[in-house]
Amino acid sequence: MTSLAENKKAGAKAGDVPALFARTDLGRRRERAERTAQAALSGMALLVIIPLALIIIYLIVEAWPLLSLDFLLESPRRGMREGGVWPALLGTVYLVLMSLAVAAPIGILAAVYLHEYADDSAFTRAVQLAVVNLAGVPSIVHALFGLGAFVVFAGIGRSILAASLTLAIMTLPVIIASTREALASVPRSFREACWNVGATRWQTIRHVVLPNSISGILTGVILQVSRAAGETAPVMFTGAVFYKAVRDGDLFAYGLLDQCMALSMHLFTVSTQVPDVPEALPYATAVVLLFTVLAVNAFAIALRVYLRSRKRW
Amino acid sequence: MVAASEKAKRIEVADLRLSYGGREVVRGISFDVYANEILAIIGPAQSGKSSLLRALNRTLDFVPGAMVRGTIQIDGEDIARVRDVEALRRRVGMVAPLPVGLPLTVYDNVAFAPRMSGVRKRAEVDEIVERCLRRAALWDEVKDRLDLLGTRLSGGQQQRLTIARALSHDPEILCLDEFSIAIDPVTTMRIEDVLRELRSQLTILLVTNLTQQARRLSDRTMFLLEGEIIEIDRTDIVFSDKPANRMTYEYVHGVFG
Repeated sequence: MTSLAENKKAGAKAGDVPALFARTDLGRRRERAERTAQAALSGMALLVIIPLALIIIYLIVEAWPLLSLDFLLESPRRGMREGGVWPALLGTVYLVLMSLAVAAPIGILAAVYLHEYADDSAFTRAVQLAVVNLAGVPSIVHALFGLGAFVVFAGIGRSILAASLTLAIMTLPVIIASTREALASVPRSFREACWNVGATRWQTIRHVVLPNSISGILTGVILQVSRAAGETAPVMFTGAVFYKAVRDGDLFAYGLLDQCMALSMHLFTVSTQVPDVPEALPYATAVVLLFTVLAVNAFAIALRVYLRSRKRW
Repeated sequence: MVAASEKAKRIEVADLRLSYGGREVVRGISFDVYANEILAIIGPAQSGKSSLLRALNRTLDFVPGAMVRGTIQIDGEDIARVRDVEALRRRVGMVAPLPVGLPLTVYDNVAFAPRMSGVRKRAEVDEIVERCLRRAALWDEVKDRLDLLGTRLSGGQQQRLTIARALSHDPEILCLDEFSIAIDPVTTMRIEDVLRELRSQLTILLVTNLTQQARRLSDRTMFLLEGEIIEIDRTDIVFSDKPANRMTYEYVHGVFG
């Protein structure tokens, strides 16, 4: 070890910076590695944004001639070659809301049971296994199951109800998983503090655990909207139709047991099944689908920020 | 010291064994706790002190794989047979090592237990909150900001808040598990004063790593080592030059542990 004074002297002799602050080979190598790593990592991050930005820009540019409020609120005309997407947009909204109305309560309550009540028994392990495997089932298989179970066996027929139930089963495992994660984020010490003062399990959950995990739970549920809205196969088999006439802009055009149009299926139809469709029409449909989903996601983010701001630790 | 005539038994523990998934942490201990005494429980880490407290209010029930054998009687009643476990937990107050302010306001932290057990009237809850905060020597510091979040208080204040919360359900027994682990010496002294005052109304079990704290506060001291009682006796004897067991002497005088 040389003292600072000696270093200075040595530095002065060499007519250089003080030895203490001089750059060494190791230092230079580390700096280079640091710069390389940062460049590589930020490059990867950029690569993630580029496709999304390109998709959005490309779709909007292609769809531009057709985009208008009328396109949203009108029914398709002339065998899908003109008009708008109102029945499909409305159908998608119905399907998504209905499926969440079924899947969210069941999923959340099941997750609360699994995380807060169940101990490690054969039964809970069986449920875990079922949840994991349900999440891995391809959507076309869900579609066939929905067709068999709801449409045919239960006798509901092809309808919004049957399609919603099929979508609900598809989104259920993810809702359960995300709810469990949200519950796990509440520290165990909070629960213990409640038990110690004689609160029951349910009181603890109701007054401390749920209020502090609700933001995570709701976000998980809402993010399933995009999945339910985007799936084509399950609704195609169980309730969505090629074309259905409804009044333009009518919010209550469908009943529970009616068949409906859906954006995802409509997009499939106009891009592959109908000849002589104006080029911008499929793109405009895609823009509507994409922005419906993005709007829901934005709502989820806003809700999360709001509930986080009320979080108390 | 507690006079012989006052020695009403509040807790009787007989051949208690606790294990987690086959790993035994308390190995057949028997002892009594008398009414209105402070019993200090000392011993190095892993000696089973915290598990013992959890067995007393049956929060061990929440630990998967935990097994209890032997009996614990509180006021002559076997707690394993108690139907209303929540009522039992209200009789045995518990203060955890690290202060846990629930993510609620100061007021709601203390009002939580009374509300959960069915106290609804605002005036009644107000009265309980004020009384408990006063008993925990916290009232003067927080009376103007009862709607502040409990988690925003300082560490020492939070620990007194947890004591107020533990008092809010009017327990007969108060268990403290190393309450001073996360707070400064001045606050520790204040809480010790609080405990001395509470002794007239409560029976106190004090798990502590600070042997000097046991010496200052307790009437009797129990030395636990690896799940067995090495010695339980009057504190002045345990801390004297000649406790019954040589290991006790070595532990309290810092020779080992």
